[in-house]
Amino acid sequence: MNATPASSAAARPAPQAPEPLLQVRDVSLHFGGVQALSGVSFEVKQGAIVAIIGPNGAGKTSMLNVINGVYHPQRGSVTYKGVTRSQMQTHEAARQGIARTFQNIALFKGMTTLDNIMSGRNTRMGVNFLLQALYLGPARREEMEHRRKVEDVIDFLEIQAIRKVPVGRLPYGLQKRVELGRALAAEPDLLLLDEPMAGMNVEEKEDMCRFILDVNDEFGTTIVLIEHDMGVVMDLSSRVVVLDYGRKIADGAPDDVRANREVIDAYLGVSHGSAT
Amino acid sequence: MEATASRSAARAFPAQTFPARTFPALLQEQCRIRGSRVAYREKEYGIWQSYTWEQVWTQVRELAEGFAALGFGRGDRICIVGDNRPHLYWGMLAAQCLGGVPVPLYQDSIEREMQFIVEHAEARFALVEDQEQADKFINIKAQCPKLEWVIYRDPRGMRNYRQPYLLGYEAVRERGRAFAGEHPQHLEREIAQCTEEDLAVICYTSGTTGRPKGVMLTHRNFAVASEDLIEYERMHDENLIAYLPMAWVGDFGLSFALALAGGYTVNCPENGATVMADLREVGPTVFIGPPRIWENLLTSVMIRMDDAAWIKRKLFHFFVGRAVALEKARERGRAPSWTGRILAALGGALVYGPLRDSLGLGRIRIAYTAGEAIGPELLCFFRAIGINLKQFYGQTEASVYVAIPRDGRVKSDTCGPPVPWTEVRVSESGEVEYRGPGVFKGYFKNPDATRAVFDGDWVKTGDAGFIDRDGHLKIVDRVKDVSRLTDGTLFAPKYIENQVKFSPFVKECVCVGQDRSYVAALVNIDPQAVGNWCERRNVTYTSYTDLAQKPEVYNLIAEEIAKANRTLAGDEQLRGAQIHRFLILHKELDADDEEITRTRKLRRGFISEKYKDLIDALYSGARHVTTQTKLTFEDGRTALVKADLGIRDVKCAA
Repeated sequence: MNATPASSAAARPAPQAPEPLLQVRDVSLHFGGVQALSGVSFEVKQGAIVAIIGPNGAGKTSMLNVINGVYHPQRGSVTYKGVTRSQMQTHEAARQGIARTFQNIALFKGMTTLDNIMSGRNTRMGVNFLLQALYLGPARREEMEHRRKVEDVIDFLEIQAIRKVPVGRLPYGLQKRVELGRALAAEPDLLLLDEPMAGMNVEEKEDMCRFILDVNDEFGTTIVLIEHDMGVVMDLSSRVVVLDYGRKIADGAPDDVRANREVIDAYLGVSHGSAT
Repeated sequence: MEATASRSAARAFPAQTFPARTFPALLQEQCRIRGSRVAYREKEYGIWQSYTWEQVWTQVRELAEGFAALGFGRGDRICIVGDNRPHLYWGMLAAQCLGGVPVPLYQDSIEREMQFIVEHAEARFALVEDQEQADKFINIKAQCPKLEWVIYRDPRGMRNYRQPYLLGYEAVRERGRAFAGEHPQHLEREIAQCTEEDLAVICYTSGTTGRPKGVMLTHRNFAVASEDLIEYERMHDENLIAYLPMAWVGDFGLSFALALAGGYTVNCPENGATVMADLREVGPTVFIGPPRIWENLLTSVMIRMDDAAWIKRKLFHFFVGRAVALEKARERGRAPSWTGRILAALGGALVYGPLRDSLGLGRIRIAYTAGEAIGPELLCFFRAIGINLKQFYGQTEASVYVAIPRDGRVKSDTCGPPVPWTEVRVSESGEVEYRGPGVFKGYFKNPDATRAVFDGDWVKTGDAGFIDRDGHLKIVDRVKDVSRLTDGTLFAPKYIENQVKFSPFVKECVCVGQDRSYVAALVNIDPQAVGNWCERRNVTYTSYTDLAQKPEVYNLIAEEIAKANRTLAGDEQLRGAQIHRFLILHKELDADDEEITRTRKLRRGFISEKYKDLIDALYSGARHVTTQTKLTFEDGRTALVKADLGIRDVKCAA
């Protein structure tokens, strides 16, 4: 919680151009005959908020899955924190500081908000199973330390009132927030958000936007998000990557991307000749 | 009243002789008497963090020195905005140490409302809780040239704010420590200069009509009122929970003044949504809630009982029925029979005790309700299950307390006898008036209003009421709201509304009838209770508006109003003022729309203006009416809502 935000220039007197935290180079992924991604390259700078957009089936979720090691691309490479891996496993990704949320909420429905967020600390638990089961000294100290972190997250997301409520009983918007909480509990350097605002009403969206900006601002967390609401994308992100049928068709500042002919066509499905 | 004097000798705790009755002096006194005992608790990060009196003194001292370093001086005003936080209470104390005056504001006020008070109070300082409140001050800063410093407690989200007038709470303490190094005697000198006659606070009344007025109250007002209250209620080492808006004088009176005078512990809940859970953990001994809090409690109990297993439900209804009957008999002065006593004991073990505990009111010695009249049935329910709930009558202008019932002599429809330190009389026009040491100094920068409210040293309350045979004060309505129907029948809208509002399904009710031939009502349903009722009957609905217009809901409310009519029929004077027709509003009355005040009092004038089309329809014989209403969101944006509302006749009792 005391990470220095890379974006705040005031904190460091002579900042160098921030090193890309993540580089995706020429990534291609296919499942049998289906080409999910073909030759996608882009980079994410330290402290940035990058949005990946595109029509349904464009390969956005596949891209996230490649980044955190769920899928292994047939071609190309992913460089994270300067280390290039051809095959990263998901648990390695988690340990390296990549956390994510899912398009369809993937929480433990029967567990409380507190326990769900605690599960986000999983990779950081060092004490062995036996000590934990017996709740001996080191395990107790560790648990208290983790609980403190979790409480920070609960305070940050303003979900104190649902601390002890099983998440299955919560409304959808709050479940999404709990899921973000679980990702934050891992104290990630890179946060992958898969449609964090899908199915939310305007008020919930505004809340979520504020939390995403706050996360980026307070903890300096780099964020890659997939989102359909263009208003949200334009407000949040410093850079937008557009995918269509597995290809990258645009990459740049939100306003440039919005004006991009190819992007408009991809979204509206207009053939090139007739568009004005 | 004679009884009080003799009883006061038996005060249980060390007799407190207050050297100077100012809050800084009281703080130092408490620090000396019970320095290492807990003064404040705040739930943060899921844990109750405690602060002893000594720690509080350190905080207040450093903060005061920090204020001084920033140029805060005698007579300066500081706005205090936020949820109930110890740090904000300390900010008040720090300002008072320097001879300054805290001005607490409602934390849910929109910018325009805040701007008026900040400007009117000519506040140079503001102490705010967090980014949300700081944003409001940043936006109104340009219009408030006198405002110099905005100090925020919670730094979250404030990292990139570059406004030169923003300062963090810890940074102020930092400056305070440095300042103390250079001027070691400054604070002590300032505290020594404080007198009882200095202003301790300016409370802006929420104002059912017109602009809010700043009520100036002195240290002496509150010190005397608190001291006498302690004696009157025989309080000793109480545990309080501070959850009502800090700008409400009731919170200032209890969570601040009383706690400092008595050395009691104040607990601040985690946030507004966790109050009920925190209540259970704190187990307060003194608790205050306006009627709506008690209504909510009863509603939540009833909903839970409806969903409970049949045996629990049967037990609950049987024992609560017995208890209510017993309580009513007690009120009439009848001693309970032996079977009654045995059943009460059994009920205590099986129902009332566990119920009190689950509400978090297991340790309550004194529970208060104030601010609005409470339905007698509601009061009776809580008293029946063993909570010593008392309705008192108070005013901001009186340093809160005017009349408080004595333990064991509570009547469900009165506010008890006038407190010993205040005299009460009823004027010829039926208006309640009082005088005593709690009476305020006047309205800040508003001599006209001050002149209008005083009659010699008597303060006019604007409330119509009378003293009954037992010497208890009974409030009927606002003087200006009491009127007559065309046939001359007395029409006291609030009295009728309260009868309707006792229904758990009705959240708010507005009665109209002045210069009309009959009384009609606009009703706000309670979405939680009605929603639950509908669910159990398989009535589906989408939004609040949809729910409000269900024919089933209209039937339900018609029945509830008919019940209220039967009660009214029992009163000779009010028999003619039964409700003939009603409609259910498509939106909840909201302070953001200026329909009610921040303390949830109806702004009748505004409502009758705004819903003129609906009121006309109520008297036109129409079966339904189409209307368009403007909604204001919390951030000040507005939207238009269109709805078609049904109108229904109700049976009147003979």
